[in-house]
Amino acid sequence: MMAAVTVVIAGQRNLFAVVILGGIYSFLMATVLVALDAVDVAMTEASVGAGISTVLFLGALHLSKSEEMKPLHKPFLPLLVAIATGAALVYGTLGLPAFSDPDAPIHRHVAPRYINDGPRETGVPNVVTAVLASYRGFDTLGEVTVVFTAGIGVIALLRRLRGRGKGERS
Amino acid sequence: MKDYLVLRVVSKLLISLMILFGLYVQFHGDFGPGGGFQAGVIIAAAIIFYGIIYGLPAARAVVPSGLVEIMIASGVLIYAGVGVAGLLLGGNYLDYFVLDRDPVAGQHRGIFWVEIGVLITVAGVMLKIFYMFAGRGGDNRDDA
Repeated sequence: MMAAVTVVIAGQRNLFAVVILGGIYSFLMATVLVALDAVDVAMTEASVGAGISTVLFLGALHLSKSEEMKPLHKPFLPLLVAIATGAALVYGTLGLPAFSDPDAPIHRHVAPRYINDGPRETGVPNVVTAVLASYRGFDTLGEVTVVFTAGIGVIALLRRLRGRGKGERS
Repeated sequence: MKDYLVLRVVSKLLISLMILFGLYVQFHGDFGPGGGFQAGVIIAAAIIFYGIIYGLPAARAVVPSGLVEIMIASGVLIYAGVGVAGLLLGGNYLDYFVLDRDPVAGQHRGIFWVEIGVLITVAGVMLKIFYMFAGRGGDNRDDA
């Protein structure tokens, strides 16, 4: 189903349809993440990917034309690069341990400590929250700073453009 | 979209529920899925929804642009401030154990304030980006 949505997105020239299909793709992705027991990530994907970014794309679409331009070049070179990258990634997954293998390296490093000691040390039953906010507090601080920087960047870029636009009009 | 009666009524019902759900996701994040990022996005989405239905000026009247900018900065400051509070109470930076006499309660308190900081920054940035994008369309944005 996700593959079908992707193919339709690639073939679609109407950007409005592309935005809506992108939202649908995000919701499908969220259901996949729920199936993988990553409920926190699924919630983020549904709210950010399907919700906010769809609205922002629509806002951007309102400012521009809603039909994609005809491509200037033949798409074969990008297609080749995409297929080569995809093949390399698929080849890489062959080296990964089997799905839900308890002896995989990722399950033997710090994960047992988080799962076994996390609820006792932090009193928080949700391990994701415990890791995110407590054990990996510095990382999350960095993430918040990244979000903050993105916001500042948008303000810096768009506010100047808006001021210039007003100057031209008057 | 101000003229559509159904949208107006339904949005009034939904927006309160959305904000309530955002707060639930925020404060129940310790026990179920969710946390500051998700709650911030949900609350920002509620206000963006309001802005889409009633027009950008109405949304700006509810949450002024200046307040949003203060939110963006203060969230990071709250997060970093929790770390500094840990330092002042004799722990390491972002060490929550020292925030209360009981280490587990201290953890709870630290995570709570950190998540509040995340919520405020994320909601502020999302709203600010929406305001900036929507505001560029000029006056005809209201009917979009």
